[in-house]
Amino acid sequence: MSELPASIADAGALLRKRATTSAELTEIALTAAHRDTFNAWLHVADAHARAQARQADERLAKGDASPLLGIPWACKDIIGTKGIPTTAASKILEGYKPPYSATVVERLDAAGAVMLGKTNLDEFAMGSSNENSAFGPVRNPWDVTRVPGGSSGGSAVAVAAGQAMFGLGTDTGGSIRQPGALSGVAAMKPTYGRVSRFGVVAFASSLDQVGPFGQTVEDCAIVCQALFGKDPNDATTMPLAVDDLRRDIGRGVKGLRIGVPKEFFIDGMEKDVERAVREALRWYEKEGAELVDVSLSLTDHGLAVYYIIQPAEASSNLARYDGVRFGRRVEGKDLLDTYRRTRGQGFGAEVKRRMIIGTYALSAGYYDAYYVKAQKVRTLIKAEFDAAFAKCDAIVTPTSPTVAFKIGQKVDDPLAMYLNDVFTLPGNIAGLPGISIPCGFSQDGLPIGLQIMANSFQEATMFRVAAAFERATAFHQARPEAA
Amino acid sequence: MPIDRQTVVHAADLARIALSDAEIERFTGQISVVLDAVDRLKEVDTSTVPPTASALPIHNVEREDEPRPGLTNEEALANAPKGGRDGEFFRVQEVLEAR
Repeated sequence: MSELPASIADAGALLRKRATTSAELTEIALTAAHRDTFNAWLHVADAHARAQARQADERLAKGDASPLLGIPWACKDIIGTKGIPTTAASKILEGYKPPYSATVVERLDAAGAVMLGKTNLDEFAMGSSNENSAFGPVRNPWDVTRVPGGSSGGSAVAVAAGQAMFGLGTDTGGSIRQPGALSGVAAMKPTYGRVSRFGVVAFASSLDQVGPFGQTVEDCAIVCQALFGKDPNDATTMPLAVDDLRRDIGRGVKGLRIGVPKEFFIDGMEKDVERAVREALRWYEKEGAELVDVSLSLTDHGLAVYYIIQPAEASSNLARYDGVRFGRRVEGKDLLDTYRRTRGQGFGAEVKRRMIIGTYALSAGYYDAYYVKAQKVRTLIKAEFDAAFAKCDAIVTPTSPTVAFKIGQKVDDPLAMYLNDVFTLPGNIAGLPGISIPCGFSQDGLPIGLQIMANSFQEATMFRVAAAFERATAFHQARPEAA
Repeated sequence: MPIDRQTVVHAADLARIALSDAEIERFTGQISVVLDAVDRLKEVDTSTVPPTASALPIHNVEREDEPRPGLTNEEALANAPKGGRDGEFFRVQEVLEAR
């Protein structure tokens, strides 16, 4: 075998009939990761991965049939891994080795999955292009002069380029789904409250969720099955029983109502994106789903809500990087000066911009006008989604208004960069699950993403709608030539 | 609302971030554009709308106050910055002025 199998189920079948071993899959992945030319990896953990593969092969030999057993995966470097560097792609955390692993990592460890290493991202997950990494941008395997999307660009590319069977990312405004769309893989953000954030570097705590990248929708569901559930170490995890997330995959979409919000077909959306999404909607209709007009009139305002709440929460969360207990310290003339120098030199430009915006929005005299106002509009956005989901089972939209853009094209124009997330961030504001799946290619051969959102905790319906389209099309099987 | 240089300097100061003159210049323009865009929220009537802090339908989560094992002293100190450790303590600069 020279390439990784096309799905977790395929790999599992090969492992269980002894046609391959976890050690073999892990070597294929490690070799690919070391040959990576897209800058997708910040740290490849060879020894750790080989040790986990050995343990997985022992469990397999005893007949253990856990679906993720022996499967090699890529971890976004914002998720803490015990004893393995975790930098959030920031100079301020260079060399940091967490004394404990994030709950999501512990759950995948327990499931027998093999953690290959840590993937590149926008610094502290702040970005939509992966150009904000302190360790250089990630390149898109479909066109190396273009961005892979962000912030979880490294994990998206590791899966797109065949370097890992699945990846984990974090999604605060679209940081899983948007790079999934731009890199041509399935990419899913769970409902807020489904997945523990314990041990994950906090960004904007009322929005952050951990979720998977996969080669297929079913792969995403398999990973979610291992991640979901209450964690006593994260009070925001819902005490809900997690039923079989794959139970509705394969049931088709006949009789389902699919909401189409007109506000998601805006000026400035690329023609190829609109064409591919409209074709997907026609396919759903042909398969017996009913297309329903829904109104999300505040979609445009979502961007404004997000660019207050998110930097405000981030400015509070990132106060901990002060050079005292971990990370980089730049000593000044007194402690205050040390804080200022440490943070001035340790943070990159985008992080500093957001710290300033967030601090300003929370400062005396502006708190009500910005932060509280944004929280009130958040209430209205949530209410619009509630009304929409009274009329439909899922909402289908483009994931991003554009395909992958050129490296450098938007770096000096924060607002243009922020617009990348206009279709994904409403899901974070309302706490909803969403998945992006490949639904076509632009004339330049760049992947286009289709977003499927469902109501809170209705991931099984979301997977059903997404898998139906995936199984009827071949877009997810296309591979970039450069990989 | 466009903001001026002084406001950026003040917010950066509150955020404990040292900025170069070039950064202050660049950020003032860029942040003004962002704040201009978020000002659109004024168009939305929220006079009777309560704020939402989180989309989650749960509020207080309680647990027994039981001691649990935490990090050892060595684990907690292991990531201390260069020059930031003194035996079993983190070392910082003097904070109190007069003794």
